[in-house]
Amino acid sequence: MDILYAILVDPFVQMVELPDFFLQVLWEGFVAGVLYALIALGFVLIYKASGVFNFAQGIMVVFAGLTLVGLHEKGVPAYLALILTIGVMGLLALAVERFVMRPLVNQPDIILLMSTIGLTYFLVGFGEFVFGGEPKQMITTELGLPTGSTAFEIGDGGLLILQHIDIAAAVIAIIMVAVLAVFFNKTRIGRALRAVADDHQAALSVGISLNQIWAIVWFAAGIVALTTGIMWGARSDVSFALEIIAFKALPVLILGGFTSIPGAIVGGLIIGVGEKIGEIYWGPLVGGGIESWLAYMIALIFLLFRPQGLFGERIIERV
Amino acid sequence: MRLHTLTAGAFALALTAGAALPVQAEDSVYIQLPTYRTGPFAGSGIHIANGMSDYLKMLNERDGGINGVKLTIEECETGYDTQKGVECYEQAKAKGTLVFNPWSTGITLQVIPKASVDKIPVLSMAYGLSAASDGETFPWVFNPPMTYWDGASGVIKYIGEQEGGLDKLAGKKIGYIFLDAGYGREPIPLLENLAKEYGFEMVQYPVPGKEMQNQASQWLNVRRDKPDYMVMWGWGAMNPTAVKEATKIRYPMDKFIGVWWAGGEDDARAGGAEAKGYKTLNFNLVGADLPAFEDIRKHVVDAGKSQTAPANVGENLYNRGVLNAMLMSEAIRIAQEKTGKTVITSEDMRIGLENLVIDEARLEAIGLPGFIAPLNVTCANHSGTTKMYISEWDGEKWVKASDWFEPMTDKVAPLLVSAAEEYKASNAPWPARSEPCAN
Repeated sequence: MDILYAILVDPFVQMVELPDFFLQVLWEGFVAGVLYALIALGFVLIYKASGVFNFAQGIMVVFAGLTLVGLHEKGVPAYLALILTIGVMGLLALAVERFVMRPLVNQPDIILLMSTIGLTYFLVGFGEFVFGGEPKQMITTELGLPTGSTAFEIGDGGLLILQHIDIAAAVIAIIMVAVLAVFFNKTRIGRALRAVADDHQAALSVGISLNQIWAIVWFAAGIVALTTGIMWGARSDVSFALEIIAFKALPVLILGGFTSIPGAIVGGLIIGVGEKIGEIYWGPLVGGGIESWLAYMIALIFLLFRPQGLFGERIIERV
Repeated sequence: MRLHTLTAGAFALALTAGAALPVQAEDSVYIQLPTYRTGPFAGSGIHIANGMSDYLKMLNERDGGINGVKLTIEECETGYDTQKGVECYEQAKAKGTLVFNPWSTGITLQVIPKASVDKIPVLSMAYGLSAASDGETFPWVFNPPMTYWDGASGVIKYIGEQEGGLDKLAGKKIGYIFLDAGYGREPIPLLENLAKEYGFEMVQYPVPGKEMQNQASQWLNVRRDKPDYMVMWGWGAMNPTAVKEATKIRYPMDKFIGVWWAGGEDDARAGGAEAKGYKTLNFNLVGADLPAFEDIRKHVVDAGKSQTAPANVGENLYNRGVLNAMLMSEAIRIAQEKTGKTVITSEDMRIGLENLVIDEARLEAIGLPGFIAPLNVTCANHSGTTKMYISEWDGEKWVKASDWFEPMTDKVAPLLVSAAEEYKASNAPWPARSEPCAN
């Protein structure tokens, strides 16, 4: 009976008794969800255009962040470093298209996946060679990003603390999603990209350049990686440990579908909020530390009802 | 023509094989330095690797080695990965290293059973298996200047002092946030034991290795549980993230105490001005004002023979690397004295480590006066239980915030002996010590 109470009643009692803390948990979950969504977005962009699961998305986050901070350390002003980093991500996109993707056109998906794993190790080694292995502090204030926090009193002496950088992360993520949505739905390149995503050969037959689309989409994923690197780097540091964080996007992708930008956003928020609430209110029942697998559980439960993910395309193959 | 090609091939092969072996003159000894300059823990590993390497290079440059014997040093990159660490150990064994420094509790636990078979002493400086301080059970493992259990008892002793006595700890809540790996789990038995004895509640917050930079949940739990003190066993990217998260939830930083491995400058710096007051245990001085550091600058760093940025000389983890190298060099010197040989073997090195006595006069003589509290490793006590102090982050640098104090040896020592017995029982048949005590 006690167990049932602990599982079914007590967590909700805690939420009501400490509303400020509950709101804080929701906020932290929301912010984590926004960041997961940003990472997932990078995966979705490349998957949509080429059907490739880009294993290198995590290291691209680290690489972009390190390039930005590394350039600033060399004396480049922050905003110029930001522009140069965007340029570096552009060059990386061109190089990936020319030396990784183009030679592998028409190869099975697994070969393309393996090539992105290879790219990951290349970027790890190259990044460590150029920037060293030490974590670097994100140039948050130099970029004009807000620091500090604001506390709101809630109820009887309770506090809801909002970090300004987290608010900025949420705003920037929303702007980025809006820009990407307009780009993919309203521009000629965006429509071409969707055509490529639907059918490579059909797209080629109407004169769409696959190479150009791939370069653009890898560049867009690079910009998303840079944004994620700045935001997550501001929360902790930019280090090679951050690469692993990228795989937090996996349950988001399972949940949201690999091909849906809204899916990445909604999936990210569900996973972010869900894992925080689960860890805080139900985690203590089993000694804590459930967050890392709870995300997958949430995704799998959704899959029971929507196997194609929340916004994924339903694949119907008739024999 | 074919013979010519074959001969050339054989010559090339011989050259390659030769290149694979370290070049050792007759008057040199080989020491492998396992390091991690890459990977998620590089932020801590780089400074330690630099400190170790620079001190040993300085001995070569300034003194021509130790008693005329050059030190051939070679790094082996483990990336803090246990499997790679074991591969480094096998390489070190093949190349005849004098001693193996795993620099990871996970790697240490893997090589402990191998050490006595291969006759290679394992030096796990203030990390690894605490019970290994029992020299009777672990003649080949050394963990000076003190064990994790000593450290954990030191934290509790310090907290007790802040509260007006250990008896005042009853009813208090002490949070323990740790890297959820062999390293972070190591002091838990001792902390649980002390919690039972002094009546405080210990609340655990494990941080999985993959979530080191994603600790929001752990710190939300801390905010809810409101522990009176927080104790941290963190490493690598976990430390700066924890310090930042603690400031985010406005945890009182003067009640947040890390183990000695959570005391990198970058760890505390990450929290900005709000991290002021954060504390860690320490067993070596911070700074580069001592004569040995001047020699390191002169002979190694300024001479362009180091990977260290000049500003990093004297930082806490760099000094930790220097200390590890100094323990090795002193053990070599003592082994040379004890055996009468100059070019010693790993078996001789074990004797040197087992007689590692470093008093104030010796510290003065090697240009490191007051760098650590005097150390006395014996056949029975392989940690040489020395003293620690509390370092405090003043917003820019670490400052000494307490006198040197001893761990709760009376509590820890019997537990270490019984833990060694448990290890023996669970790893039966564990070889009985056959090495004589060569004092």
